[in-house]
Amino acid sequence: MKGLHKLLKKYEHHFLEGGKYEKMAPAYRAFYTFLYTPELVTEKGAHIRSAVDLKRIMFIVVLALIPATIFGMWNVGHQYYLQAVPAGIESSVGFWKELLFGAKKVLPLIIVSYVVGLGIEFYFAIRRGHEVNEGYLVTGLLIPLIMPVTIPLWILAVSVAFAVIFGKEVFGGTGMNIVNPALTARAFAFFAYPATMSGNKVWVAGAAQHDAISGETILGLLAQGREFPWTAKDMFLGTMPGSIGETSVLMILIGLALLLFTKVASWRIVLSGLVGGILMGLIFNAWGANSLMQFPWWQHLMIGGFAFGLAFMATDPVTAAQTKTGKWIYGFLIGVFALLIRVLNPAYPEGVMLAILLMNVVAPTIDYYVVEANAKRRMKRLKLKN
Amino acid sequence: MSIEIKVKRGMNIPMKGKPQTSVEVLPRSKYYAVKPGDFIGINPRLFVQPGDKVKAGDALFYSKYQPDVIFTSPVSGTVKEIVRGKRRVILRVIIEADSNDEYKTFRTDDSSRDSVMKALLASGLFPYIKQRPYDIVPSPEDIPSAIYIPSYDTAPLAPDYSFAMHDYRKEFQRGVDVINKLTSGKVYLTVDGNGKSFFHETENVELIKVYGPHPAGNVSLSIAKTHPVNKGDRLWVIPPWIVVFIGRLFEKGIVDMHKNVAFAGDMLENPQYYKLISGAYLNDIMPAKIKKGKNVRIISGNPLTGTNITSDGFMNTADSSVTVLEEGNKARFFGWMPFFGTSRKTVYRVDFDWFSNKEKSYDTSLHGEERPFVMTEEVEEVVPLDIYPVHLLKACLTGDVDKMEQLGIMEVAPEDFALVDYISSSKINAQNIIRDGLNVMMIEVG
Repeated sequence: MKGLHKLLKKYEHHFLEGGKYEKMAPAYRAFYTFLYTPELVTEKGAHIRSAVDLKRIMFIVVLALIPATIFGMWNVGHQYYLQAVPAGIESSVGFWKELLFGAKKVLPLIIVSYVVGLGIEFYFAIRRGHEVNEGYLVTGLLIPLIMPVTIPLWILAVSVAFAVIFGKEVFGGTGMNIVNPALTARAFAFFAYPATMSGNKVWVAGAAQHDAISGETILGLLAQGREFPWTAKDMFLGTMPGSIGETSVLMILIGLALLLFTKVASWRIVLSGLVGGILMGLIFNAWGANSLMQFPWWQHLMIGGFAFGLAFMATDPVTAAQTKTGKWIYGFLIGVFALLIRVLNPAYPEGVMLAILLMNVVAPTIDYYVVEANAKRRMKRLKLKN
Repeated sequence: MSIEIKVKRGMNIPMKGKPQTSVEVLPRSKYYAVKPGDFIGINPRLFVQPGDKVKAGDALFYSKYQPDVIFTSPVSGTVKEIVRGKRRVILRVIIEADSNDEYKTFRTDDSSRDSVMKALLASGLFPYIKQRPYDIVPSPEDIPSAIYIPSYDTAPLAPDYSFAMHDYRKEFQRGVDVINKLTSGKVYLTVDGNGKSFFHETENVELIKVYGPHPAGNVSLSIAKTHPVNKGDRLWVIPPWIVVFIGRLFEKGIVDMHKNVAFAGDMLENPQYYKLISGAYLNDIMPAKIKKGKNVRIISGNPLTGTNITSDGFMNTADSSVTVLEEGNKARFFGWMPFFGTSRKTVYRVDFDWFSNKEKSYDTSLHGEERPFVMTEEVEEVVPLDIYPVHLLKACLTGDVDKMEQLGIMEVAPEDFALVDYISSSKINAQNIIRDGLNVMMIEVG
């Protein structure tokens, strides 16, 4: 590896001040610091630093997403052979063929997401002369996972561009954004191209060519008051149509376990979100006015984007509430609103995306009141004294 | 009766190179220096010129806006050089030491507050006292409502005062007795709750027993518990060695700055305590003590809050430890990889040995690059005060004076944010941000 390092160092001078490609320095730094943790030492402040940087944190999140990603690929193939291929053939396909088919469908989405998103990130970094941030490593994988597999690549590309530019860069980049960029991409695609984001043709690859297909998601069917063929086991394992990475609760739980164990995600948000969701589920079960309300509360937690959103989107540290007390409120309300929107809004049965986006916007206000309470305590003490 | 403080949030960093409990007398250095930069809030004006003869305790310079606050020489000798930096700021006053110290004698009298203050100011020990809020040299006109002596330093590789000062416990007690004259309130002494040392037997103090990980020993926590700082309050913090020096001053009438300094860090052949005088030039004696062939950084103070003195070589007069660490200027292939890259104590469990408290070798690598705030919860994990550290840092960055005050800037010192520097995944310099914020407050609010 010494040779590679030497090679990189050999060209470094072109990117330093006064070099030929001085302006491209952020791009060079991004590649160099990806391969090597740089030789920087502490100049100010504490002389020793922990070995955790944002690259390490973001990579943990990417690792946590991998089970859901692999499963999502397989499920794309599985649903295709199950539903879009005439009966009789699917019994002989097997795991690898399904995975391969899914990979062929999903990998292009991931590649487009990364190329477009990172391209824009590099452009802004070079333009502004700051370092390329690691945040997009996670966002770039999240975006395809919350899209239907049939989404045209160009719509994905436009959504990514919208999310990165208007969701993030206009605010100043990673760490400054108000709303979760991945959800911004999904919301953009949903409202700009609704036909590609809902209905019974989008969730299964190749479904558009067949008329008699049950490619609808559980939520779609429930909203119409129709029967569905999936059991609670299917919901937990994820062997049903849906957004690529969202269907398998089991795989999401594996990823979430890693996030919570490493303490990268806040358990407070996850727990309070769960409580909020359960509470609303119970209320709706008691009410029971339609099939969405009658749907058991514990199954509500396993369908749609609830599990995925709570594990990977609500816990985004930048857009979540930033105080511990704030996190309890923030998570709880996400759970409440997710089910509220899901059940009471007939036009759009999936509420998690909107619930999280809404709470992203509200989070600074929650923090404001939490911090204000602390400031008030202090001011009161001062008054008592005088 | 004593007060107890139990801290849960925080972290002890297990570093190799703890000083052994043995003391060796260091040969007398050829040079000593006093650095005005160590004393925040003063603007130095010189009394002396190069070539002047001074005794230990003779004035070197004073503070422009508080002419009573003078700074004295720790040794007797000849002023060799006034080292200036950018815009002619005085960096160091260097004294070439005589082979034996000649002491200026002070007539001391501890019968009244005025007479004690007079002696403290004349001896130059006064500016080693720190004022809360702001963590600066206090104003001699103020009467503090309480005084704190932090004897339990929980920082990594920090000196164990109960060992280092054991032979000077009589002088310490004498110092404490004198200090009681300075305040209308109480004198508090923070001690290790789990330990047992002569500090626990000190008289004329209110003991604060401290339990838990760093920053438990930081005086801000004791203050928050006993006497939360409000606008207009004045509290004083007196470092333990200064208490001893005050005791000596009132016992013998001289300024004798001999102390046992902890030499720590795994780049030393033999980390232990050395007896020396504050401000000593270390570069002539250090090379023999450092492991061969290593690129090291010499720090006056502990690894979290100390000053890099590798180039100038003079230990800060106010510090009571010296740390030697390896410079971490090596690029590491995929060094950021979780579980396989470098492992360090942190709030995350991203190493295979996250559970272990095994002492490790720490270098000065930044382990990444500076980034905007992303992971905000980690900051709260290591600041066990009733404040919102992220919001306070942001208020400091924007220079919002009202917000800073509301969020508790008065209750903190940069050292309380040292662990934030350490754990930050965005590699922010929280201590500098807080120091800048305090400076803004000082100018705007006073």
